[in-house]
Order: sequence, then structure tokens, then C-alpha cells
Amino acid sequence: MAMGKTSRLHSVYWRGAISIIVFLVLWEVGSLSKTWIKWESFEWLRNVITALGFKPIYLPWIGAVPAPTEVLAVWMTVLTDPGYWQSWYMSFFRVMMGFLAAMIVGIPFGLLLAVSRTAFGIGFPVFEVLRPIPPLAWVPASILFWPTQEMSIAFVTFLGAFFTIVINVVGGARSIDVRYFQAARSMGSSQADIFWRIILPGTLPSIVVGSAVGMGITWEVVVAAEMISGGGSQIGGTSGGGLGFFIWNSYVGGSYEQIVVGMISIGIAGFISSELLRALGRRVTPWLRLR
Amino acid sequence: MAVGTLAARAAAPSSAGKTRGAIVIDDVVKIYDPEGAAVMAVDHCSLNIEAGEICMIVGPSGCGKTTLLNAIAGFHEITSGRILLDGEVLCSTEKPKAEPSSDRIVVFQNGALFPWKTNLDNVAFGPLMQGKLTKAEAADKARAMMADAGLAGVEHNYPGEVSSGMRRRVEIVRALMNEPKVLLLDEPYRALDSLTKSVMHEALLEIYYRNKVTIFFITHDLEEAIFLGHKVAIMTTRPCKPKKVLEVDIPHPRDYSVLTSKRFRELMEETNEAVHEEALKAFAAGEKEG
Repeated sequence: MAMGKTSRLHSVYWRGAISIIVFLVLWEVGSLSKTWIKWESFEWLRNVITALGFKPIYLPWIGAVPAPTEVLAVWMTVLTDPGYWQSWYMSFFRVMMGFLAAMIVGIPFGLLLAVSRTAFGIGFPVFEVLRPIPPLAWVPASILFWPTQEMSIAFVTFLGAFFTIVINVVGGARSIDVRYFQAARSMGSSQADIFWRIILPGTLPSIVVGSAVGMGITWEVVVAAEMISGGGSQIGGTSGGGLGFFIWNSYVGGSYEQIVVGMISIGIAGFISSELLRALGRRVTPWLRLR
Repeated sequence: MAVGTLAARAAAPSSAGKTRGAIVIDDVVKIYDPEGAAVMAVDHCSLNIEAGEICMIVGPSGCGKTTLLNAIAGFHEITSGRILLDGEVLCSTEKPKAEPSSDRIVVFQNGALFPWKTNLDNVAFGPLMQGKLTKAEAADKARAMMADAGLAGVEHNYPGEVSSGMRRRVEIVRALMNEPKVLLLDEPYRALDSLTKSVMHEALLEIYYRNKVTIFFITHDLEEAIFLGHKVAIMTTRPCKPKKVLEVDIPHPRDYSVLTSKRFRELMEETNEAVHEEALKAFAAGEKEG
């Protein structure tokens, strides 16, 4: 059985590797097409479109995107730039701060809403009105509200995860089977026992799911917030204000390869955070491993 | 399974000492939503269950049997009447909801083992909550009781890792750990296939011979009822009350040879029609499960 498991794992890795290689090759070929396909050769197509009464448009063209080999070459030089690593650190730090704050505030708040009818009655309506507001819509207000840019970025990042975590905790706690409460009460559990031994573990799977989703949103938000706010307090110069700022800065500076470097870096950073979270989630909910 | 050992166990005095757990259900009425739809679930139901008796409650799905069980367990209120346990009033018209307590433990229809606790921690849960035993003592007792019930080896598994038949057994052992006066079983074997069911029946009897608690067992399976019960109460469909109460005169301890005995067949014939009648009524009324 162990053998079967490892070989299945191997085939998963193989497929993953092959799909990435195929993707890179297609991208390279597509990007190189700019050397043999010229926009001018499609002049007749534009004429047809204009003749039909439409505005002449350009179609999206992968030739406009830098090739992976070019990106890799630029990446190699970027690797020696301390600003790039500073950006990694800044973005990771902001994500972790916002995310941890969202967990620390969101889990107890969600549990409170779930167990107390009074708290739910008072807190939930406000929560539900604020929840649909996209985190990015909070950026200007948060820049006004918080004394430093760093704090406003952290706050927006926090909001990204907070609402998702709370809504998952409330939903998870409320969907705990009533029979567990009945059984626990019959066996002499106090209110506190029921909270710590039934509600909390019963909500854990939803906390894990909510955190995973929240973590994804945090990355989306932090990158956008960095772009909008110009990299926060500008620590580490032009390339050190976070990965979002790094991308924006590359765009402004005209280094298109570096844009892609920034994008892939965020992909890798997000993947690492999700994997860490998944591993942690498996540890705290061992009873779900067997499904 | 050797009948001899069962007989010896049945004759031996129970470890719990004097048998206890006599239930009197006296003129109980339960009306859901009395202000609005006013659905009568239980209609002036009276039933005496003696201490240490296995009383089987048979009726079609949704007839109101579970309502009765919830009233005894203290999960739901009654509208009027009263329920007594060993002479003490659990609930009455004046105090409609009984207090849930470890002297009445329910084994639920779909199981209510805590999925986040290992089987051992589930079994040890009750005495720990009641502060009767320390953590180590509770674990020791749980291990011993699980071994007795043929559950050695799955202590450190989670309930989700063992078969549904085994989960049921773990849940019954968890209930017995509380040394209850009454075990309330709500169609515990409903989801099991018939082969597993027959194994579970004998296992339940074996546990019963050792512990001698009163068992209030809800089922819609007449064969199961007559095989296990001292008493079989056939209930009318909603509203629920005893239509016919049968004293099963097949002596305990029983094993599966009982199923093919002449007396068993006679009792089946005697009651089958009453059950079928109620099933037809329930079907016509289109009652949902529950």
C-alpha cells in the first residue's frame, strides 16, 4: 500500500512538471511569434473591421509579452538586488500581520456571534453591511484614518481576511450538529465544557477553510494596496516597497520582464503561504485526514 | 457465540448492583406549535417500563416515537402528562422539560460520537465531565470497557476511521461509561446492513446481560423488536400512543436461534398485522422521516 501511495505521488509530480514545462514552451513560442508575425501583415483585417463600421482595434497578442527565457535572464540579475528581497519581506510581513490580526480578532468575534444571540443581534447587521465592501474600496479611507501608510496597508490587508474568517466561523459553529450538544449535556458537560470541547473543535474545520480563503484574499489585497499607496514608507528604495510596488515600479520604469518576475514571485509567495497553512490545518484537524 | 457463557452472565448479579431505571410514562401529550398548526405528536400515551427491562417501541417512521424519547432524555418539552424515573418526576405539565442527565443517555439514530475525539476519548468523556474519575482513571476504565465490547485496537482511531457497526458499539460503550439507569436508543441500527445488524443485536444483548440497564429502544423493525425485547410496544402513527403492548415470553438470554423458533414466528404473526396497519396509515398520511 505504501508503494502504491508513493508511486501515485510520483505521477502527481510528473504530471505537474510536464504541465509546467508545456506551459513554458507554449509561452516561449507564443512570445517569439513577434519575430515572424508582424502586426502590419494584418492591415487588411483592420481595414475589414473599419469597413464594417467598427472602430479599428488591436487584438490581444502574446507576442507583446516577454518570453520566459528573457524573464529568467532578468530574474537572475534581480536576484542580486537587495531591494527585490526587501520587497518579498515587506509583502510577506504585511500579509502575515494582516492575516494574524484577522485570525486573532476574527475567530473570537465569529465565535461570539455564533454563541450569543444578543451579540449576533447587535453585531451581525453592521458586519453584513460592511462585508460586501471590497477591501480595496477601503484604501483611501484607511490612508486618511491611519497615521502611517504602513498601518493603512496592514489594515486593508486585515480586512481582506477578516470578513471571510468571521463568516466561516459563524457558519461553521452554527452548523454543528445539535446531537453533539445534546450528548454532551446528557453526559454532564458545563457551558464552558461545551464551548471548549464541542463548539471550538467543531468549528475548527471551518476556521481552517476560512483562513485558507482569507490568506488568498490577503495576497490579492496587499499587492493592490502596495500599488495604490506607492509601496508604503518606501523602505529599501525603488524596488523594495513590496512585490506589488515592485511590479508597478517595473511597469513605470518600462522593464516588462521585471513585471513578470514580480508576478511569478507573488505566485510563489502565495503558494508557499497556502502550503504552510494547509500543513498547519492538517495538524489541527487530524480527524479529517482520513476522508 | 456460546449460549452457556451468556446464560452464566445473565444469571450472575450485575456489576451495577440493584437493577434500577423503572420508567412510567403517564398520559403524556405532545403538541407541536400549539398556537399555530397544532400538530399532535403524542396522544395521551401511557406505558410502564420496568427496571432492567428491554422495551422496544415499534412504529412507522415519523410516528412520534422520537418525540417520546426526547421527552425522557430532556431534550424537548411535553405538553401535558408526566414521566417518572424510579418514582421521581422527570417532567410533568407543571415542569414540561426534564433536565438532561447522565442517568439517561441517548444513542442517536445517526450516531453522535464526537468526530474530533478518538474513540477512547469519546468513551472516557462522560465520567470526565461529571468529575467522577481522573483523566487516567477514565482512560483505564474506557480501555477496559472497550476491550470487553470487542473494541480493543480501535481506541486511538477516530470514529471516522472505523466501520459504522463499530461506531455504534463505541457509542453504546460511551453511554454505559456513565452508568446510566436508562439507555435510550433511537433506531441505532437503521443504517446498517442486515448482516451487520444481526451481529450488533447479539453484541447488544451481551452488553445488556453484563450491565442490566433499562433499555428504551426505538425501531421500525418488528423482527428486531421481538428478538431483543422483553416488551414490545406497537405505536399508532401520528399521534403516537401504544396500540398494542406485547410481553415477549421467550426467555433471555437469547441468541440467533430464537429467530427460527416456533414461538418467535407465532409472536410475529400476532403483531405483524397491527404494525402493517399503522405503516399503511403513515404511508397514506405521507409523513416524512423523523
